[in-house]
Amino acid sequence: MALAIELTGITKRFPGVVANDDINLAVAEGEIHAICGENGAGKSTLMKILYGMQPPDSGTIKIGGEVVELQSPAQAIDLGIGMVHQHFMLADQLTVLENVILGAEPMRSFGRIDFDAGREHLDEVGRAYGLDINADDLVETLEIGERQRVEIIKVLYRGAKILILDEPTAVLVPQEVDELFRNIRELKASGATILFIDHKLDEVLEIADTITVLRQGRTVGTVKPTDVTAHDLAEMMIGSELPVPDAGASTVTEEVALAIDGLRVIGEGDRAVVDDVSLSVHRGEIVGIAGVEGNGQAELVNALIGLDDPDEGTITLLGREITHFSVRSRREMGLGYVPQDRHRDGLLLGFTLWENSALGHQTEAPYSRGPWLSRAGMKDRASRIKTDFDVRTPNIEVSAHALSGGNQQKLIVGREMVAGPAVLIANHPTRGIDVGAQAAVWDDIREARAQGLATLLVSADLEELIGLSDTIVVMLRGRLVASLDPNEITPRDLGAYMTGAALEAS
Amino acid sequence: MTGRLAHRLMLASAAPVAAVVIAVVLSSIVLLISGSNPLAAYADMVEHASKLETQVDILNRATPLYLSGVAAAIGFRMNLFNIGVEGQYLLAFIVSAHVGAQVELPAVLHIAFILVVAMAVGGAFSGAAGVLKVTRGVNEVISTIMLNAVVISGLSAWWIVEWQAGGEISATGGRVGTEPIADSGILPNINAWLELFTREIGLGKKLTGMLVIAVVVGIVYHVMLNRTVFGFDLRASGANPTASHVGGVSPKRMVVIAMALSGAVAGLVGMTELMNTGYYPSNPISLLGFTGIAVALLGRNNPAGVAVAALIFAFLDVSSGILQISGAASREIVEIMKGVIILTAVIAYEVVRRIREREEAAAAAAAMAASPAAAS
Repeated sequence: MALAIELTGITKRFPGVVANDDINLAVAEGEIHAICGENGAGKSTLMKILYGMQPPDSGTIKIGGEVVELQSPAQAIDLGIGMVHQHFMLADQLTVLENVILGAEPMRSFGRIDFDAGREHLDEVGRAYGLDINADDLVETLEIGERQRVEIIKVLYRGAKILILDEPTAVLVPQEVDELFRNIRELKASGATILFIDHKLDEVLEIADTITVLRQGRTVGTVKPTDVTAHDLAEMMIGSELPVPDAGASTVTEEVALAIDGLRVIGEGDRAVVDDVSLSVHRGEIVGIAGVEGNGQAELVNALIGLDDPDEGTITLLGREITHFSVRSRREMGLGYVPQDRHRDGLLLGFTLWENSALGHQTEAPYSRGPWLSRAGMKDRASRIKTDFDVRTPNIEVSAHALSGGNQQKLIVGREMVAGPAVLIANHPTRGIDVGAQAAVWDDIREARAQGLATLLVSADLEELIGLSDTIVVMLRGRLVASLDPNEITPRDLGAYMTGAALEAS
Repeated sequence: MTGRLAHRLMLASAAPVAAVVIAVVLSSIVLLISGSNPLAAYADMVEHASKLETQVDILNRATPLYLSGVAAAIGFRMNLFNIGVEGQYLLAFIVSAHVGAQVELPAVLHIAFILVVAMAVGGAFSGAAGVLKVTRGVNEVISTIMLNAVVISGLSAWWIVEWQAGGEISATGGRVGTEPIADSGILPNINAWLELFTREIGLGKKLTGMLVIAVVVGIVYHVMLNRTVFGFDLRASGANPTASHVGGVSPKRMVVIAMALSGAVAGLVGMTELMNTGYYPSNPISLLGFTGIAVALLGRNNPAGVAVAALIFAFLDVSSGILQISGAASREIVEIMKGVIILTAVIAYEVVRRIREREEAAAAAAAMAASPAAAS
């Protein structure tokens, strides 16, 4: 079979790291080829090279048998390569059609856009690849899965024959993943070649014709899904068995640490984004909040830590009502927070690690005494976090942006834990970090739970939710719609609750 | 370890040194093109600056520039562009001159009263821009530019007429200005302090007492920024407002406080002149506020750096006079030098920042590689 893509000896160095080290990859025309590997294995760099976003330091790229030197994504698109990014790049206020033709508008005379021609072409593409979408829908009204379909159509519209899908399932619930896989198979049947980047082994085994595994920038091997098990793949990816979250014996006590009663937050358009939420978290308990993103979890968390003022209801921390307290007073009372987006909400990237280790606790000992900062106290704590939470860094004087994502996350988790919180809000605590760091964060949370920490865990990782939580509640359209026992639920059932399918059925 | 320290020191000083060297080279080219001898011009400037009286002039000029630079720097630390230092210091100048002339107080109290009024007026006026920003979303650049116009062509023009001292003075062609402040309200010069180390200062030059105030402001700014929780909040909020908000720092509150503090320091800028003449004249020394922005930029918003920048600018300003007298070059060359220094400094700082960032990333990656468990 002819090769659509052939990469030979691709090497790419960044200061201090070799992101890709002599990588070889052969993708046959019309196949679904999965690229597997942990975060930091070099998948993204490889795809950026293939999409013309970065030139390799050495190695050759052949597209359809021809050696090419990719200078830009525009050139990659001309060669029929299209990329669907993990984070959607769509304008919410525009229609599907407008989004698809954006940047590739068919023109009429006098610089007018030929919408009819665009619509015709869009319909053609949709029919040819079996992708169903309404061209006139506003993107903001679409579900996540539909938005992803728009992204795929956008790429096909530009004539792509080779599609790169960058972790397409990361944002989807299981049911949407099934729909995506149906679409991908249709694409394949229509003659497209698919490069599928993922690190979820079950999915890879289900969809791929061929799997190439990367580890630490090198190609570990290329296998057929029929020849390997998930266990084999895991070993190839990390060199050892995958860690699993496991809560262990229950440590739940009777003592309520955090109580939420009838909480309501009104968002834009007078719609309740958090609607009558009542919940309590006991000392030694982990309560997991499951839900498709955008169902009010972010607003609930913001109200809990004090960024937004709730419109109705009360929040009680350790027996004291804190509904309208400032962020700082909540923090001083023992509320810890691990944010979802560490760069935006968790770190001062240009500041040293010891300064970062004080952020959020700068008013408390040992970081300060009265109005005065204590540099010694800050550095002392930072060193302790570095050792106890295994933050890998040359010293505590480097700035936070020098650390890898996993180490930044360990720093944040360590910072919150050494402050000895009574309640921890962990918002997607292991998103985007490698398996080693993930296991370390899980250990930290478990250990603190045994000491009596009450944790509210918001996560999109269903295995993490099921593995760590003592109780799981499901959030849908701002409401808590179900309370489930993690010992008795599978990820698939949980997914059904998250989309509301399970509720309609019952 | 000493090698690494030397390397870091070299990196830290590389940018400003490179900026000055490049500025000298470029200015020399401009001088050559315009038919002047650069070496002669520089020799004149250096020779002039080696005189004690010129040094007093430089310090007198550097004092308000430093205060103006610190005022701008406080804003910059919070990611605020307080372009209104100009209006804030002129308003504080005229109000404190007028109010100061209306009261009778013992010497120390009188001086303190005037300075406090100036800081309060500057702080309130600038704080208003901060309040507008957090409540109505008005960009502080726009509001402070507008407020500049309100002061410069509005309030000060009106009040100078309203408050000018007696018609007979202006009628004789003498000074037009607010009523003079009594001697008890004038900060004395500190010639005596300098003369402890030098010969007697001639030519009737007086070293402003505001120099002491400026040094105190610099020290307070440094301590506040680096040693207090408030300073940490300010720097953190300026660097990343959302992460700081999550960390308990209200960004709105910090914006208003930073604007008010910036304005309060701006209020002191005009005091060098007030403490020299005793009144607000019809043509007060102007543009100090805008120059302060450049001074803060060159000094990296750092208390000591801003001081060096203020001295460089003051030296250039004072040199322009001697160039005109000696005829070695056109006096405008110093404006070209100032511009070139700023541009090259901004570029050099950015280059150094990138080098440093890259070295840190490499060191962190090396630390990862050094521990085999990190590979998991």
